[in-house]
Amino acid sequence: MNNSTGSTSTVQAAGVNIKDLRKSYGSNEVLKGISLTVEPGQVVCLIGPSGSGKSTLLRCVNLLEQPNGGTINVGEFEATDPDVDLNRMRRNVGMVFQHFNLFPHLSVLDNCTISQIKVLKRSKSEAAEVARHNLERVGLGHLADRFPDQLSGGQQQRVAIARALSMDPQLMLFDEPTSALDPETVGDVLAVMRKLAHEGMTMLVVTHEMGFAREVADRVVFMDAGVVVEEGPAENVISAPTQPRTKEFLRRVLDPTHIDVVED
Amino acid sequence: MAMTARQRAKVSLYVQAGIFVVAVAAVILAVDWKTIGTSVFNFSKIGPMFPDIFLVGLKNTLIYTALAFVVGLSGGLLLALMKLSSFPLYRWLATGYIEFFRGVPALLVFIAFGYGVPLAFGVQWDVNIVVMVSLGMVASAYIAETLRAGLQAVPKGQMEAARSLGMPHWRAMISIVIPQAFKIVLPPLTNEIILLTKDSSLIYVLGLTASQYELTKFGRDGISSLGAGLTPLLVAGAFYLVITIPLSLLARKFESRSARTKR
Repeated sequence: MNNSTGSTSTVQAAGVNIKDLRKSYGSNEVLKGISLTVEPGQVVCLIGPSGSGKSTLLRCVNLLEQPNGGTINVGEFEATDPDVDLNRMRRNVGMVFQHFNLFPHLSVLDNCTISQIKVLKRSKSEAAEVARHNLERVGLGHLADRFPDQLSGGQQQRVAIARALSMDPQLMLFDEPTSALDPETVGDVLAVMRKLAHEGMTMLVVTHEMGFAREVADRVVFMDAGVVVEEGPAENVISAPTQPRTKEFLRRVLDPTHIDVVED
Repeated sequence: MAMTARQRAKVSLYVQAGIFVVAVAAVILAVDWKTIGTSVFNFSKIGPMFPDIFLVGLKNTLIYTALAFVVGLSGGLLLALMKLSSFPLYRWLATGYIEFFRGVPALLVFIAFGYGVPLAFGVQWDVNIVVMVSLGMVASAYIAETLRAGLQAVPKGQMEAARSLGMPHWRAMISIVIPQAFKIVLPPLTNEIILLTKDSSLIYVLGLTASQYELTKFGRDGISSLGAGLTPLLVAGAFYLVITIPLSLLARKFESRSARTKR
């Protein structure tokens, strides 16, 4: 497939603008004033140790988590406006979960059509056509009639991506999409995401895949303990970090066998 | 004396078989077979029970059970949704209802609606209505807990995925959560029907006309009219098993199926 003529060409890409975002669970503040911009068509990767708030930040963007303060703009929508039409906004925001969350009682095809039919009010045949096209895009057109439990983890995640794409989103959120996968299926999922990035999809990706981040991301944001520690072009943040915490994190991630004699 | 594990298992088997033989022998010797033959296993005189045990007893038991189940399922779904509601008053009301009707004997509820309502309001309800209200209300309480557990057993990620695709909450419930919960609750719901089938016998405390008799009342009626002792009740009991054993097998089948398709 030609990179520049993706089927998303008719859908405009949306950007994200986050200002001073705060989120607490009880007295535990997990996001301490995050500001972040994703330009339309950009790919931004969020990296950082577990518990740093990356996933919470991502889940705030489509209001799966309710922020306690700050503003989030997604395209034309102000997500943090109490009067925002959440259901309408979420149609434009594709979400891919760590554990796929496919609907186990529906076939692969029905997973990709149900929301088109019930939410976008597309006809069954139109929805099926869109779904098949997107299943082809992720390389799984031949599995349309299977059920999720008959697929490998990597295949399930690619179906989840096709399901999100079938709503013609202007923005895609990925929450550690490869963390629950067997190592040998990670590559297929990353390949699909790489293709989407090249087609001009706006993407906000929480990931531990440093290779993917370095290669695909326009910008990388390093978070720790609820704040953005460092951000910039992927090359700079991953290959030449300036902050001690970033250096420490990357040293651990890129060389997991390294034994830290002082701390352990 | 040291025994191997295999020897010990063999001895244990012999001991168990020995106890069984002794127990059976004791029963055979102790029982007055002549009396039992005329008062419990006296099948020669039960001819008049047929075919009415099918046309009246079995039919009414099935009707009463079905009525109670329909009320119980709708009431139970409503109570389950109330119990999961974000509005506290609904949760309290549902909890109070469930605790009350699970806590009092179904027999008392039958008496309350069968005799209490006519006394208090001077209206005589049709027996079908009494069954629907009393057994239905008790069933609602039990079924509500079953359904609530089923709804909560659907992983949270399912609702999140549905909402992320732009579905409103009610749509996600109807298209995504409830179909999955229904599969989970099929086996316990089938067991619920078995309980209802048996509890429908409690209606015997009400004054019924002959055409309203269900299996138990039909059997009790046979005791007084046939002169075969308790034999008619034994026959009625067998008819319950005809209903409940297939249901039980069905529940087991649902169970193994949902175990197989578990991801």
